[in-house]
Amino acid sequence: MRYVTRRPLMIAAGAMAGTWFAGGAKAQQKQILIGSQCDRTGPTQLVGTVFCPAVQDYVNLINSQGGIDGYKIVINELDNNYQVPPAIEEYERHKEEGMVSTLIWGTPQAQALNPRLEQDHIPGTSPGFGSAAAANGSKYPYLFPLAATYWSQAAAGIKFVKDTLGGDLKGKKIAYLYYDNPAGLEPLPILKELQDIEGFDLHVFAVPPPGVEMSAQILDISQRYRPDFVLAHLFGRAPSVMLKGMKQSGYPLSKVLGFVWASSEADILAAGGWPVAQGYYTMQFVGVGDDYPVIKEIKAMYQKEGKPPPKEMATSVYYNRGIQDAAVHIEALRNALKLTNGKPPTGEDMKKGFEMIKDFTLGGLLPPMQVTAADHEGGGWVQIFQVKGDKMVKATEWFQGYRELVLRKVNSTA
Amino acid sequence: MFYRESGVFKTSYAADMALLPLPNTRWAVAGLLVLFVAVVPLVSDEYSLSILNLILIAVVGAIGLNILVGYTDQVSIGDGAFMSVGAYTAANLIVRVHAPFWIAVPAGGLMAALIGLLVGTPSLRIKGLYLAISTLAAQLIIEWVINHVTWVSGGTQASIQVPPPSVFGVVLRSPWQMYLFLLAFVVLAIVGTQNLIRSRIGRAFIAIRDRDVAAEIIGIDIFRYKLLAFAISSFYAGVTGVLYSYYLGIANYEQFQLDVSINFLAMVIIGGLGSTLGPIFGAIFVTLLPIMTRRALEAVGGLFFAASDLSAVIPSLRLMIFGGLIIFFLVVEPEGLNRLWRNIRNYFRTWPFSY
Repeated sequence: MRYVTRRPLMIAAGAMAGTWFAGGAKAQQKQILIGSQCDRTGPTQLVGTVFCPAVQDYVNLINSQGGIDGYKIVINELDNNYQVPPAIEEYERHKEEGMVSTLIWGTPQAQALNPRLEQDHIPGTSPGFGSAAAANGSKYPYLFPLAATYWSQAAAGIKFVKDTLGGDLKGKKIAYLYYDNPAGLEPLPILKELQDIEGFDLHVFAVPPPGVEMSAQILDISQRYRPDFVLAHLFGRAPSVMLKGMKQSGYPLSKVLGFVWASSEADILAAGGWPVAQGYYTMQFVGVGDDYPVIKEIKAMYQKEGKPPPKEMATSVYYNRGIQDAAVHIEALRNALKLTNGKPPTGEDMKKGFEMIKDFTLGGLLPPMQVTAADHEGGGWVQIFQVKGDKMVKATEWFQGYRELVLRKVNSTA
Repeated sequence: MFYRESGVFKTSYAADMALLPLPNTRWAVAGLLVLFVAVVPLVSDEYSLSILNLILIAVVGAIGLNILVGYTDQVSIGDGAFMSVGAYTAANLIVRVHAPFWIAVPAGGLMAALIGLLVGTPSLRIKGLYLAISTLAAQLIIEWVINHVTWVSGGTQASIQVPPPSVFGVVLRSPWQMYLFLLAFVVLAIVGTQNLIRSRIGRAFIAIRDRDVAAEIIGIDIFRYKLLAFAISSFYAGVTGVLYSYYLGIANYEQFQLDVSINFLAMVIIGGLGSTLGPIFGAIFVTLLPIMTRRALEAVGGLFFAASDLSAVIPSLRLMIFGGLIIFFLVVEPEGLNRLWRNIRNYFRTWPFSY
């Protein structure tokens, strides 16, 4: 029995070893490689299975329109399963294949890759996650959040609550329900500062990982504390649990604002469908829905090939975020090619290209962000959508909250 | 015929007790050292060196866990937490008092060993699966403490930037310098473990693994030796954590969560419990195989799937194949890769007289 199974084993091992030298997609003439790390498996697969196809779709759209200045964009998508050592290995592999910029996936990965990005002069984007201090372009020259960080989200959340509650927060009660890990703890300093400035009463409720058990916190909020508004900073499976719990305990969801990772159609469907989440306010850093020119272009591209639009578009929140992540890289590439007069750009050129991004809104899908060498966040713009009927309806236009306060904090972190 | 074990006469106690008594073995080890120290850094490109560095760090951790799980049979799924303890201790020392690596690494290990002693205390009363659950509790508690005690974690982000180590005034920035640095620790770990197992402590560990009631009856203080096993294994884990921080440039507990602990347990089990070569094979297997599976899928995947579906399918297929390979290897050889290697080695040891 042992001898029979050993020979095919050896052949398989030899074949596998041989494919080592088959190599990946090296960037050739008139091709630009953007290294993408995107998780379709692992704890963030709910986001990744929608986000990653969107990145591919946008790149295919650009290539079908002739590329940028004749250059074809190649995205070599690799999955790191939300672990750091594979992320490092994939970064090295993309670097060997000649990438000019990279899409990072995951907060610990962004932290771990930062020293390497600085050493190799390759810019990396981390929209909607990573450390808020990375907005400081002088301290983190090669990390680009390019979307409202958790500090900007907290400030914007308080501003929205203030506007909704009639312009004055004195004496009002605000509950902050958060996932108990560094990302969840990050907005706390901003909230505490705003508490002193605006005079409201802040109570924090921590949900331990993995965030599927929060009945005690929800009961505490709805029965005991009874705040005027709840800010919910949850991700993964926690948002849908929160929606269900709030609905069951009778706390009106029109007094709940979910931050950017608690805000997708997938969470609402997982909570039991649109009827459960009526009135829920969601914070977005990219537009929601398919009423944008670029989405229509992608649908047209699929129609030309005779295929129906991808089913990932149904979760438009994550799909549009994937479009954003790809679009900012392409826009940076456009800027970089202007700098190099059409010659293939290096990572340093891409960094300058990112810092030249302004007024790039893709028909309203993206906020009017302005990236500079000092501000890698682009302004911290958010938009609030509310659940009405069976879709999300725009509740505000693009706005920023307490920008000077956030910038002060960003520039003061040592 | 290839490996002459007879005709070696030792004339001193030192020669008799040597770690490598046979000249054949000595030549083989010398050749391997030359290969790994001189040849590999010269011929490898940066990408292969980065993978080798990850494997080397994993080897140190796996060897340490093997002392606990393989030689003393105390199941532990808290290894990741000890790595983060070591990482944060060293990172704090480096950032606050500019400790050099030869203070930071042992300090990280010792702190992890102290915590390991605490975590190992239930082992007096409980065994097997129950001990595993209590080490799981330790993993989660240590994570929570690091998350909430900002004195330890350096802020709410729980990340501390660690500058690269400097050895004799040379700052290690390039991959091959880091490779040699890590290789030194791996050699220390291997030699240390070999000597530990041959010593009185090692024999006590093996006695506890084989039949701990009998060991207690013949006079081995099993509580003391179980605690020592936890401490030594946690020391290795702490050192692994420090090495990860040096390699990645950052100390962050989110890198050392439950999945990492289970990964290391998998390394030890697949490699083979209770030997020094086993965890080395296991570490290479668990670190390298996902990468090779992905390469193989990229090379042949085009035959089975359309190119546009390939990137959607590869991540999930890779996980499935990796899991399938683990199951396959454990079914073919339940005692791990080390046993497969022993079978091959024994065949050649007595060749051509296999009888």
